[in-house]
Amino acid sequence: MQTTPDVLDAIRTHAAEGYPEEICGFLLGTMQEGTNVVTAIHRVDNEQDTNRERRYLIPPGAFRDAQQAARTEGHDIVGIYHSHPDHPAEPSETDLQQATFPGYTYAIVSVDAGTPQECTAWQLAPDRSRFDEEPIHTEAEASR
Amino acid sequence: MSSPTITIEIPTPLRSFTDDQATVEVEGATVDEALDDLVARYPDLKSNLYTEDGELRQFVNIYAGDDDIRYLDGTDTALEDGTALSIVPSIAGG
Repeated sequence: MQTTPDVLDAIRTHAAEGYPEEICGFLLGTMQEGTNVVTAIHRVDNEQDTNRERRYLIPPGAFRDAQQAARTEGHDIVGIYHSHPDHPAEPSETDLQQATFPGYTYAIVSVDAGTPQECTAWQLAPDRSRFDEEPIHTEAEASR
Repeated sequence: MSSPTITIEIPTPLRSFTDDQATVEVEGATVDEALDDLVARYPDLKSNLYTEDGELRQFVNIYAGDDDIRYLDGTDTALEDGTALSIVPSIAGG
């Protein structure tokens, strides 16, 4: 995943605002030769009915709306982000069971007692058996 | 009579299996037939869309125009020439 510090900050800010519930949204950008280049995020409501501290849900209608909005900006949906309140920034068993298509970046930000912590990124293995961590490269690093 | 021509919108990560095309044209008189034609043309899509039992994966939703086919006739939904289908994931986790 190639992105900017601003994008990572925007994910952390959203996660802090939503604490203690899980927040979620889309990573927008382009897929370039196997790398997801994320230039913006698109917040969506966590439409899970219950247990929003531990679960999140984005129904297909919200996906379509986000895709339409992204397209007007010349973006594609290249991934999903969500928060893990008081839980490590690693995919849970539920994340694995409910994962969608390999190729999307799954970004996870942990929130510790209301304070956002690290953001990590993951890719579902092609055989759907596990998530592999995906390095996050930022422009700031590249220009150093 | 030939089958209706249907366009199918492909989610971003699956375009690597459709020669980087965002939409592909297939033929089919029903959603089922159109999807069968899609995976016949692009076999690598199959395991992404279907379980080993041949069922559409739970997170895979199919829209005909602006309508979720679940609220029509499911995969038996009849299609007219020029119908735009889209493959839309629902996202969930913990």
